[in-house]
Amino acid sequence: MTETMRPLPAADVSSADLELLSFKVGEQEYSVDIMSVREIRGWTRATSLPHAPEYVRGVINLRGTVLPVVDLGLRLGISSAEPNERSVIIVADLGNRAVGLRVDAVSDILAVPASDLQSPPELLADQADAFIRALTIVEGRMIRVLELSAVMPAGAVAA
Amino acid sequence: MSDPMQEIRASFFIECDELLEALQDGLAALEGEGGDSETINVVFRAVHSIKGGAGAFGLDDLVGFAHAFETVLDELRADRLDATPDLLRILFRSADTLSDLVRAARGESPVDGERVAALLAELESACGSDAKAEEEPPAFEPMSLSLDLDLGGELAAPSGPEPPTETERVWSISFVPSPELYAAGLEPLFLIRAVSALGHARVSCRLREQMPEFSDYDPGSSLLAWDMRLSTTLEMAKIRDVFEFAEGLCELSVSEAGPESPAPFELEEAQVSVSPTATDVALPTGPTFPAPTEPPPQMPVDATQDGPPASASVRSEAMSPETAAHRGGKTGATVRVDLDRIERLVNLVGELVINQAMLAQSFTEAGLAGVSKIASGLDEFLQLTRDIQDSVMMIRAQPVKSLFQRMGRIVRESSDAVGKSVRLVSEGEGTEIDKTMIERLSDPLMHMVRNAVDHGLETAEARRAAGKPEEGTVTLTAAHRSGRVVIEVRDDGAGINRPRVQSLAEERGLIPKGLALADAEIDNLLFLPGFSTAGQVSSLSGRGVGMDVVKSAIAGLGGRIVITSAPGRGTCFSISLPLTLAVLDGMVVETAGETLVVPLGSIVETLTLRDEDLLPIGPAATAIRVRESFVPLIDLAALLGYATARQSYAGAISLLIAQDDGAKAALVVDQIVDQRQVVIKGLEESYGRVPGVAAATILGDGRIALILDPSDLIARPPGRASASLLFSEAG
Repeated sequence: MTETMRPLPAADVSSADLELLSFKVGEQEYSVDIMSVREIRGWTRATSLPHAPEYVRGVINLRGTVLPVVDLGLRLGISSAEPNERSVIIVADLGNRAVGLRVDAVSDILAVPASDLQSPPELLADQADAFIRALTIVEGRMIRVLELSAVMPAGAVAA
Repeated sequence: MSDPMQEIRASFFIECDELLEALQDGLAALEGEGGDSETINVVFRAVHSIKGGAGAFGLDDLVGFAHAFETVLDELRADRLDATPDLLRILFRSADTLSDLVRAARGESPVDGERVAALLAELESACGSDAKAEEEPPAFEPMSLSLDLDLGGELAAPSGPEPPTETERVWSISFVPSPELYAAGLEPLFLIRAVSALGHARVSCRLREQMPEFSDYDPGSSLLAWDMRLSTTLEMAKIRDVFEFAEGLCELSVSEAGPESPAPFELEEAQVSVSPTATDVALPTGPTFPAPTEPPPQMPVDATQDGPPASASVRSEAMSPETAAHRGGKTGATVRVDLDRIERLVNLVGELVINQAMLAQSFTEAGLAGVSKIASGLDEFLQLTRDIQDSVMMIRAQPVKSLFQRMGRIVRESSDAVGKSVRLVSEGEGTEIDKTMIERLSDPLMHMVRNAVDHGLETAEARRAAGKPEEGTVTLTAAHRSGRVVIEVRDDGAGINRPRVQSLAEERGLIPKGLALADAEIDNLLFLPGFSTAGQVSSLSGRGVGMDVVKSAIAGLGGRIVITSAPGRGTCFSISLPLTLAVLDGMVVETAGETLVVPLGSIVETLTLRDEDLLPIGPAATAIRVRESFVPLIDLAALLGYATARQSYAGAISLLIAQDDGAKAALVVDQIVDQRQVVIKGLEESYGRVPGVAAATILGDGRIALILDPSDLIARPPGRASASLLFSEAG
């Protein structure tokens, strides 16, 4: 048993540990800090916004509030597949507002010691590294930790 | 907010705002008709209360100034001083300074110490040396906050019924319903009404026992009891007859009481009088109570009855003078509520409206809309929702008075600065408008008032030469007009100097030289960014903030602004605003599979395009003929990037939209779906600004639809920036 093989021992989750919600975008596995996830919901058709970037799928009604939805597949340049009924929207906190992230599937909740997080290698292309805050390896899978603040289009972030 | 002192302080400042408003009112009344001693008293009390409160919080600057102010007012009150225009001017400025000091004490903008000192000196010289002798007691009169709900039976007592005639006897009835009475479906109100129909009745309600803790409260229990005093010519049996059905379900005692006396049942406990509405319902004729001096809506009235219901209107007329006298000088009771709570309520009601629409839609989808029971139930639900929504909106609504009062100060200060004598007349101060709107109107209105004083009105010499009174007048009016609020800023100055405006605009390169422009077009040049008519930049206006800022601020509130001007007679800026920022009447349309909402206010008419009306202009643009004018055609789907422009517009449906400045356009859509009220949901906070889109709303099916911003759409026809100029005079 090595340190990295633990399957979520709750007692061991010290303050230095992170809990990550991992999800799939295309064939790649990403994750976000679970503390910034408000809820996970099924795909509903979004109302498209005129003159918005392609990856902004539009806005949906989240119990009376207007929630913009970003298609992570398009945003990260991984896949341009149209959302289907198996697609999932992760509602994430962006400080004072929320954003919906369209992903292909939610896979797991992982407890990762903060020390296991690595900075992304500087080799990564300029555009891509802005989206990745850190990398880690869990059970032999590479998990990317998403930089949430980079997801929304720059022009729209008027907050 | 954990510090209780902090809360008391906060409430003191809220009170100050009210007192300052009363102060302004009083001074305005003094200026208007000289004012009676009561007006001076009101003014004095306002200043005195501020002083007292400020003393309690150790706000020495405020106390010092208020004291000097109060001393002058006291002289005025004692008739040792005359309310001359000069003195009034000092008083007005003192009131302004007082509000500055209050604001400074609150930790907002600091005050100009020199100004305060100068005014203090003026105040002291105004009241002369003899005033020093008299010192005001420093005691603070606490302001009482009356909480006047429907409970108020004792209030009506002084206006009690006429003494009973010889044949009448007074009965004392005690009616204590048991829980079984309610279980049997009997309604005490009907019984009480029936009693009051027998003669003069005065009804009071009391709690039988202490109200239990909410956790212990049994909603089926009977906690209320009623005591009635009935003067009637009828026998006891007749009275008991009323309670025939309630027999065994209540404790009833009917006994003959002595003549009118301070009734023993007028207890300290909550007393409920039968409210006028309740009486109204009981009477088939449904009299409406005249409102001679705007009594508060829940005017407590005893359920007196002069006989058969037919005489009800006579009775209410007889009542009103008494009530009016009784109510004289009593202001409407208010409850202070945190704005956040109202905000929450507004949001919830918004949800309710959406929910109602969703429910209606699912009934339709389930094919049940035709069932009459369901249909009428839904109709009632809709009606109720609307009523709730309207009432909630009314909570947020406030009279524009506070806004207008602030303008009074602007007029005083700006007229002093430019050396003109200006009078401010305000009309329709009671017009109510959403609170947020009032806050956001302050700056644009201030700018317009300054402009009116600075540019609108001529100098005294010029006015004399033109045969006008030396004193210029700026009029502020507010009125409700067809579902909107119209606020006007009018001056009786020289009017817009149109040749000069045009040449200035040419000089500044805002328009090409030598254009033949209509008057309205020239007037609209004032709204162009970078335009300022002041020949010399005065200290007041011309600080780089132009009418364009005013216009965009008004547009941001969903409003429109229009100028009218007559040479030699003055200029009028008219702002038309929606009543609230939270709902909007819109037309739901569909194009390229997307559902959109177009504000109804901007739609002039809907058209089905005929081939012969279409007029292609160049390769990309098309105009249509609407009667004798040409209007640019905008393919909505293409403009918003939902689809490519369609090949032929023949047979397409279009909405003719118009702006206040006359700009028009025809929006081509696929289908008109519905016309309904929608709740506005901000898009900017959650996403950001979207061109051509004002906000979003949630439709009946739970999906979001975008609300279009017609002025933005007209301003950006695809690739043809000048199209709107070209056609702006069409129609």
